Amino acid sequence: MMGSDTEEEGKAVPLRQRPEWSDVTPIPQDDGPNPVVPIAYKPEFEETMDYFRALYFNDERSPRALQLTHQAIAFNPGNYTVWHFRRLILETLNSDLREELDYIEQIAKINTKNYQIWHHRRWVAEKLGNDAMAKELQFTKKILSLDAKNYHAWSHRQWVLQTLGGWEDELDYCNQLLEEDIFNNSAWNQRYLVVTQCPNLGGLRAMRESEVKYTTKAILANPENESPWTYLRGLYKGDTNSWINDPEISSICLKVLTAKAYPVFALSILLNLLCHGYQGNQELRDAVGALNSSISGKPDSDLAKAVCSVLEHVDPMRANYWRWRKSNLPSAIIDISTGIESL
Amino acid sequence: MESASEASAVKGRRATVTEIDQWMVQGQVFRIYDIFANIPRNAQTLMLELQRDKHIEYLTKGLRQLGSSFVVLDANRPWLCYWILHSLALLGESVDHELEGNAIDFLDHCQDPNGGYGGGPGQLPHLATTYAAVNSLITLGGEKALSSINRGKLSSFLQRMKQPSGAFSMHDAGEIDVRACYTAISVASILNILDDELIVGVGNYILSCQTYEGGIAGEPGSEAHGGYTFCGLATMVLIDEVNRLDLAGLINWVVFRQGVECGFQGRTNKLVDGCYSFWQGGVFALLQKLHTVCGETQALSDSEGDSATDSASEGEVPGDNLCEEDQTCHFEHGAQSNAPGSVDCSSGYTQNLRRSETEPLFQSMALQQYVLLCSQDQEGGFRDKPGKARDYYHTCYCLGGLSVCQYIWSKNGNAPPLPKAVLGPYSNLLEPIHPVYNVVLQQYQEAYEFFSRS
Repeated sequence: MMGSDTEEEGKAVPLRQRPEWSDVTPIPQDDGPNPVVPIAYKPEFEETMDYFRALYFNDERSPRALQLTHQAIAFNPGNYTVWHFRRLILETLNSDLREELDYIEQIAKINTKNYQIWHHRRWVAEKLGNDAMAKELQFTKKILSLDAKNYHAWSHRQWVLQTLGGWEDELDYCNQLLEEDIFNNSAWNQRYLVVTQCPNLGGLRAMRESEVKYTTKAILANPENESPWTYLRGLYKGDTNSWINDPEISSICLKVLTAKAYPVFALSILLNLLCHGYQGNQELRDAVGALNSSISGKPDSDLAKAVCSVLEHVDPMRANYWRWRKSNLPSAIIDISTGIESL
Repeated sequence: MESASEASAVKGRRATVTEIDQWMVQGQVFRIYDIFANIPRNAQTLMLELQRDKHIEYLTKGLRQLGSSFVVLDANRPWLCYWILHSLALLGESVDHELEGNAIDFLDHCQDPNGGYGGGPGQLPHLATTYAAVNSLITLGGEKALSSINRGKLSSFLQRMKQPSGAFSMHDAGEIDVRACYTAISVASILNILDDELIVGVGNYILSCQTYEGGIAGEPGSEAHGGYTFCGLATMVLIDEVNRLDLAGLINWVVFRQGVECGFQGRTNKLVDGCYSFWQGGVFALLQKLHTVCGETQALSDSEGDSATDSASEGEVPGDNLCEEDQTCHFEHGAQSNAPGSVDCSSGYTQNLRRSETEPLFQSMALQQYVLLCSQDQEGGFRDKPGKARDYYHTCYCLGGLSVCQYIWSKNGNAPPLPKAVLGPYSNLLEPIHPVYNVVLQQYQEAYEFFSRS
């Protein structure tokens, strides 16, 4: 670090008074005469940026320039130009990037939602390659322990896995997060990534059975939790035939409906099945029929239409949507009583 | 249910962070709605009133001067311009001549000699700040503002940001994501410098960002998110590849983002936030515009057949003769151009969108209720949710969302909405926007004229 200059506010000696900066002519910001959205900069900030501009426009990639970027970043971690220049300096000086990781961690702790910090982290990790893998997984885990849904942390973690590896414990990690909060949709999303892309798990088809078990258990624990329902549907992406023919799916819908639990997602999934050609069974028709008659008293022989009618009532926020779905059902209609297909 | 211990008693297990956070917000929101429900009608109208004067005051003040705490947005000043100028335009308020000149001049100082705009004078050009600067200038309108944009240099900047994957990088060696795609394509399109080189691969990239949930993520593999879903869908509309997306899945995801609080959340099981009134609400506006396109393209393809694609490949856009007078059609023009198989209106899906006619697929009145009662700051500006401080970003997107709500029943941009479409006094009516670019429609039309001439 540069000399005895301290970053403590009020104690730092201004740059213009430091002999080691006497060769630099600070460049003021050129806002024009009457700028809009002018910010009432504090003098320390203005000075830092005036000196930054001088070094940046002169492309001086030196240790003092590196230190200056640190100061500028402290004032405004969103200044991507400063971060960009910092990277150029680090490259030119061939700096130890492992120290840079520590530096980023310090700043990230107070600025977890800043694009620039995460982009910088990714750049450093990419340069370090496989050596950085464990540390990056550890770092993102730390951030996620403070905010289990931090979008940047998850993106970075995914990038690490896909670029540097480290998948071995990822499904376990998802299990752990979901154990802590079964409603954490980011964790469900990560689970999907692992199940579909983890090299040693065999892919979606191979994992499907065990994942369906895991997911249906989560659904039964909290039928009002949207995440596992969507995840369940996702397990059959691109495989409609398996989706409509797996008895587990219709079974979970039936269980939830007969338990008189929150029915919206069960009905939505059932509607999805029916629209893809699932014929339905008597128990489901009865369950839907019971809901329909308690709501409107008007039975509908068309199961899909009946499901839509129920949804209009039990999910009023989406009433227009369910009405629209009802008017756009596939042209083949299964008559509920006769099972005869009619157009 | 407001406390974690109450929750445990009911559930028989510890409440999770998601549940606790949700109950807190829900409680605050419902308290506001309860108060509203129990006051007399005339008091309700007052509570629903858009505080125009206060908002204008808050916005204009910001344009003139910002406090030292804004130093964290020192690399986002064109955004501050856009958030403020667009908000004022939505309110139907024009900026005084002097201030307008200062804004044009300032943005010009943010323009890089090699193309694009940075977050402030002397800063590296950046796609997001370029989008914000261009949209600001278009919002201001007029010869001076529009001609200040160096389109030639901007075009080369966009080309430099183009990535092999088809996506774009936000700045030189910057981050690559769906936002970058949207800002690049939106700017290129509105300035009439969109070309095949910029478009190539964008559709593939965005497609790879649609998740199993149906929404769109920032990068492939990430979580479906309202902001990125808007960006992804708008981009696909602009490059005429919407039907490559799983639209049914996308719609299904976005309708479920509107919760009991009446506002929109950004992701599944996360909290409501006023800004998603635009990002998620805007998706419906985009989808609705689509069905207007399909109605006209259908008629077009019936009569012109293959010649539609031929003329497009020569630079002519089919449908020009259909919509000479109606300038809202540029949207339709853009969507009708080139690529075979584009805007496939023979697909049952888009025909189904047509059938939805006037009913929006989300609850417009409920969303307006959230914006006006929960996000609006009576002292001016808008906020994320009760308990949060107002800011210019939320002001911009809450107002944008409100406009989307008010016009969602309108078939085109010409007839004013019926009073029933506007929650609160009819004086709450805002200006309509172009949902793809998110600029006030009138200003977009002026820009369209200007940039198609040059």
